[in-house]
Amino acid sequence: MNFVRSHVLVCGGTGCTASKSPEIIAEFNTQLKNCGLDSEVRVVQTGCFGLCALGPIVVVYPEGTYYAQIKVEDVKTIVEEHLLKGRIVQDFLFKEADAHGVEQSLNNTDFYLKQHRIALRNCGVINPEEIDEAIAFDAYKALGTCLTEKTPQEVIEIITESGLRGRGGAGFPTGIKWKFAAASPGPVKYVCCNADEGDPGAFMDRSVLEGDPHAILEAMAIAGYAIGANQGYIYIRAEYPLAVKRLKIAIEQAKEYGLIGKNILGTGFDFDLEIRLGAGAFVCGEETALMTSIEGHRGEPRPRPPFPAVKGLFQKPTILNNVETYANIAWIINNGPAAFNCMGTEKSKGTKVFALGGKIKNTGLVEIPMGTTLREVVEDIGGGCPGGKKFKAAQTGGPSGGCIPASLIDTPLDYESMAAIGSIIGSGGLIVMDEDNCIVDIAKFFLQFTMDESCGKCSPCRIGTKRMYEILDKITQGKGTLEDLDILEELALHVKENSLCGLGQTAPNPVLSTLRYFRDEYEAHVVDKKCPTGVCKGLVEYKILSDKCIGCTACARVCPVDAISGKVKEVHSIDPSLCIKCGSCIAACKFGAIIVE
Amino acid sequence: MSTVKVKVNGMQIECPSDATVLEAARQAGFRIPTLCYLKDINEIGACRMCLTEVKGAKGLVAACVYPVAEGMEINTNSQKAYDARKRTLELILSNHRMECLTCVRNQSCELQALAEEYGMEEVRFGTPKEMQPDIEQSTPHLIRDNSKCILCRRCVAVCKNLQHAAVIGPNDRGFSTHIGSAFDRDLGEVACINCGQCINVCPTGALTEVDSTYKVWEALADPKKHVVVGTAPAVRATLGEEFGDPIGTNAQGKMVAALHRLGFDGVFDVDVTADLTILEEGTEFIHRLQNGGTLPLITSCSPGWIRFCEQYYPEFIPNLSSCKSPQQMFGAMMKSYYADKLGLNPEDVFVVTVMPCTAKKFEIRRDDQSAVNGLWDMDETITTRELARMIRKTGMDWSALPEEDFDPDFGEFSGAAVIFGASGGVMEAALRTVVEILTGEELAKLDFVDVRGMEGIKEASYDVAGTLVKVAVASGMENAAKLLDKIKAGEAEYHFVEIMGCPGGCINGGGQPIQPGNVRNFVDIQTLRAGALYSEDALMKMRKSHEVPLIKKIYSDYLGEPGSHRAHELLHTSYKASPKYPGLEADKKKN
Amino acid sequence: MKTIEDLQKIREEMQSKISLRKDDGDSIRVVVGMATCGIAAGARPVLEALVDEVGRRQLKNVIVTQTGCIGVCRLEPIVEVFEKDKEKVTYVKMDPEMARTLVSEHLVNGRVVQAWTIGASE
Repeated sequence: MNFVRSHVLVCGGTGCTASKSPEIIAEFNTQLKNCGLDSEVRVVQTGCFGLCALGPIVVVYPEGTYYAQIKVEDVKTIVEEHLLKGRIVQDFLFKEADAHGVEQSLNNTDFYLKQHRIALRNCGVINPEEIDEAIAFDAYKALGTCLTEKTPQEVIEIITESGLRGRGGAGFPTGIKWKFAAASPGPVKYVCCNADEGDPGAFMDRSVLEGDPHAILEAMAIAGYAIGANQGYIYIRAEYPLAVKRLKIAIEQAKEYGLIGKNILGTGFDFDLEIRLGAGAFVCGEETALMTSIEGHRGEPRPRPPFPAVKGLFQKPTILNNVETYANIAWIINNGPAAFNCMGTEKSKGTKVFALGGKIKNTGLVEIPMGTTLREVVEDIGGGCPGGKKFKAAQTGGPSGGCIPASLIDTPLDYESMAAIGSIIGSGGLIVMDEDNCIVDIAKFFLQFTMDESCGKCSPCRIGTKRMYEILDKITQGKGTLEDLDILEELALHVKENSLCGLGQTAPNPVLSTLRYFRDEYEAHVVDKKCPTGVCKGLVEYKILSDKCIGCTACARVCPVDAISGKVKEVHSIDPSLCIKCGSCIAACKFGAIIVE
Repeated sequence: MSTVKVKVNGMQIECPSDATVLEAARQAGFRIPTLCYLKDINEIGACRMCLTEVKGAKGLVAACVYPVAEGMEINTNSQKAYDARKRTLELILSNHRMECLTCVRNQSCELQALAEEYGMEEVRFGTPKEMQPDIEQSTPHLIRDNSKCILCRRCVAVCKNLQHAAVIGPNDRGFSTHIGSAFDRDLGEVACINCGQCINVCPTGALTEVDSTYKVWEALADPKKHVVVGTAPAVRATLGEEFGDPIGTNAQGKMVAALHRLGFDGVFDVDVTADLTILEEGTEFIHRLQNGGTLPLITSCSPGWIRFCEQYYPEFIPNLSSCKSPQQMFGAMMKSYYADKLGLNPEDVFVVTVMPCTAKKFEIRRDDQSAVNGLWDMDETITTRELARMIRKTGMDWSALPEEDFDPDFGEFSGAAVIFGASGGVMEAALRTVVEILTGEELAKLDFVDVRGMEGIKEASYDVAGTLVKVAVASGMENAAKLLDKIKAGEAEYHFVEIMGCPGGCINGGGQPIQPGNVRNFVDIQTLRAGALYSEDALMKMRKSHEVPLIKKIYSDYLGEPGSHRAHELLHTSYKASPKYPGLEADKKKN
Repeated sequence: MKTIEDLQKIREEMQSKISLRKDDGDSIRVVVGMATCGIAAGARPVLEALVDEVGRRQLKNVIVTQTGCIGVCRLEPIVEVFEKDKEKVTYVKMDPEMARTLVSEHLVNGRVVQAWTIGASE
């Protein structure tokens, strides 16, 4: 038996790894050996499949059976039933797939039906630590094409024609950026990759790097050829150790094959790559701060002009593109720009990866054509809010973006439509909120993040975000006034318009958009001194209902601050000045006598 | 040089094509406010006070870094720009401890000036009036109060770009950002050279020198003390600025008058010991030149440079002249020659100097600076700024002060001594003496113009009695490092090198009157101040150190001859390498 | 040092290895009944022979897979061949020899071995 007849793909993304997928792989190997199947069945660790809510994911080919939420104990069953006897284990299936779990129907499930995986094309398909598998799926084919059949200008034209825009958030046309850099005088130029991915809740870049690192290496080499650069830097946050490991392996393997380094594919083109680790600063995802950090200085942004395409890293012409932008490049070269720009809207072409999170059933990564509406993402692909709760808003673009209220759920997800309603596509984070989320609290959460991450160089961002946060904190503690709302808005506009870099310029967006669409909720906080969702602890009171309390003293005994008083068998009461709203009393009460209002 | 045509507030002007919006506006006669901008040193667009409207640009632009372009239309004072600046100012003030009434920079603070200009009646955020001081005082010369710091980064920039030290920088980030040293250690634990350039460029009261005036007041009030004061060459060129005189006014006469009125028992000139330095160092140079001694000989009168040498380039310690600085010689002479002359007990002589320098506060307590009976050569040293404060405290009317002369016991000096205060001055003074001694002929021309001027590094060579004597002059430690690296690499050879710690020399010392950014950025204060000294020198009858009668008398009556044993006891010292991070050394020992 | 030709070679070599994962509607699917009855009747050697023969011949458009009980247990081992736009062919009472012949006759030459189909056994 020298022919493998089945591949078992196990997701090795960070999420599933944290849920023990390495142990699952080890168990598969053990069980297969026990059944004598180890030479027929190959177990492959791949990147992220996208349906992270249901990980660890195991997919068996050639059937394409999609098993979800697999535990180590389940492996024996899968091996003995499915791999040995051919009987698919129904209980373990991803429920939406039909009885045979055939791959075709997987593509028809609600989660995958509207997706079009281009950037994520190889995630969940190949073993990212095997360069041969990547090559089998066309890795480095585009590089070969560019180096032998196209001039640098032609490469830039293809990318320009595709309509690809920067996927890191700014949405700057990639082809035009490359054109500027190509036009700047050499001979030393740089290609940089922004793998700092700092938005809370965003993990698109992480999954691409963990699942298909060669796509990035290849794209950077193509970019180097296009603009005339021979050195690239991948700036990746240190909090992604798995991605760093896979990148290092990929670079080593690519260098071994002569696909990165000197005289690539024998064409005389040199391109070398280095990894640089970030050190825990969101601001280092900003273009000029990233370059300053690579240079060895404190990661603070620089004023522009001059722009990096003219004077960037080490004062040389430099392009910086996001991981997801690079993930599209080889596919565009191999399939032609028309295959990309036939999708999307007039000005936003192609697909975008979104990281779906928050109050949504199908959390995970989805890649959809630009212009897909928010409703399709939330209801069709995401499966709606769990527990039957009502959708309230979606935050796109992370701490730099705005909230899209339920009234605008039919807004298409593309650069222009987002800007028109006061939000941004951003890097792709999409956090769903339901009726139980307090929008003021959400704005405060995002502002706290940007305030903490501000580099401190320019006055409006350094001091302005702090003062804005102080006002929001006041409001959530019940000490805000209507005038505070006006001052908050004034400050927000000031910080947005006068900060030195994108962090400060976008930090006020969550505040501004929530003020625009949920002003009544703010006013409830400052005028009525109430938090309608009960989230803001400063504005809610824990009360014992006299008609339900039987005086069992269970609550008083667990209260950590002795805020509850009352004699046995008599109605108890909570002193609001002592209550810290920890909820222990509610958990202890067996009679539902304590409410939050 | 190519130019472009731009419109500033509707007026058409033609300016250099590499100018910034700020410079173009200035050329058109409009001042855009700045706080963080320091030309060629700190151009980072960080404070956002200079935001200006440019037609067609996306939002307001930072004028200090935004380049002009053909046809640009600039509006320096649109309502939008004004409002943006006012809000930014409000934010900065909300985090600035308001101690204006008693702050050392009251009336000379750049932030205060802008607040007045923009009518900041109300600061709606923060609690500036309740902020606590955040003092760091671990060196003899500097007090930092981060509660007044506006994080303009000018101090960081001069320390790194001009002075090659980079011992201060921003720590933490965002609202918690504060200026400090590595790992938030004390400034005294890192390789600070005490030059005080950071104080000169600080727009607020966050950085100021340690105040020694109270000790001087104490001494003046003590009937047992015979208090004498000596003034440095560079002080007379700048003291007037503190009282509204134009930059470059020579205030020597009024300075002496003021010192008399302050109650000093003797008002003398450190220029005298500057002349002594020339005799001693000149002799030392000739000796090394003729006997194969270590060359180049490098001057040692700048304590900032000495600190830099001992910490950063200790391999050049053998090159240093063994002469003390003129200040230290002054102290030693006061407690020996002068005390003897007046029949005073040296213990009762309290010696004060007025210096343009903050490193002097470190120098007066160095090892090997106590020549007489174990007493410190120097008791106190105050900066030009501190002297101005003392004068103001007495209510003296500066404009009404007459011109007075130094007291004759120690008040006769040459023009060569006067020019010590400018970069190249010590070299020129030394050449005037050394060349005459070596050639044995009177110099036809006394002006060695090759070593004058504000360039960072100057080189010259002179044919002296058949030897081509090569000299170099550097000021500012970035330039010193370049020069020393060149010498180390064997790329250049010199016989005699002058190095001054501060760029431009003492006239730009860390203790000099502070000129605000909008003057420093557009006016060449160094050349103007140096001009006062060179003008005084040109008009003097005695322009060579060795022809001053007082100097000749000091040698014949007291010291013997230059380089004598007595001269060495009183006027020479030694140096030793100093670790850059004594704090870390101490930690290592502890662990 | 790889050239473009080397790259192409690797790609081609790997195709057969990863074709299992490709969603190729044009592949011929050969399904072996592998429930307990099938295994008892000797379906495993049949499966192994099929896989081995397909591998030897490097047939790129053939997927060999297994399923549970097909239903006609007395006729096990059963092998079904699914081809796009053609009727499903069910082979019964297979053994490893027959399996190899099946590969060469049906899969390579396109000739159904009528004698071994379920129709013939009736």
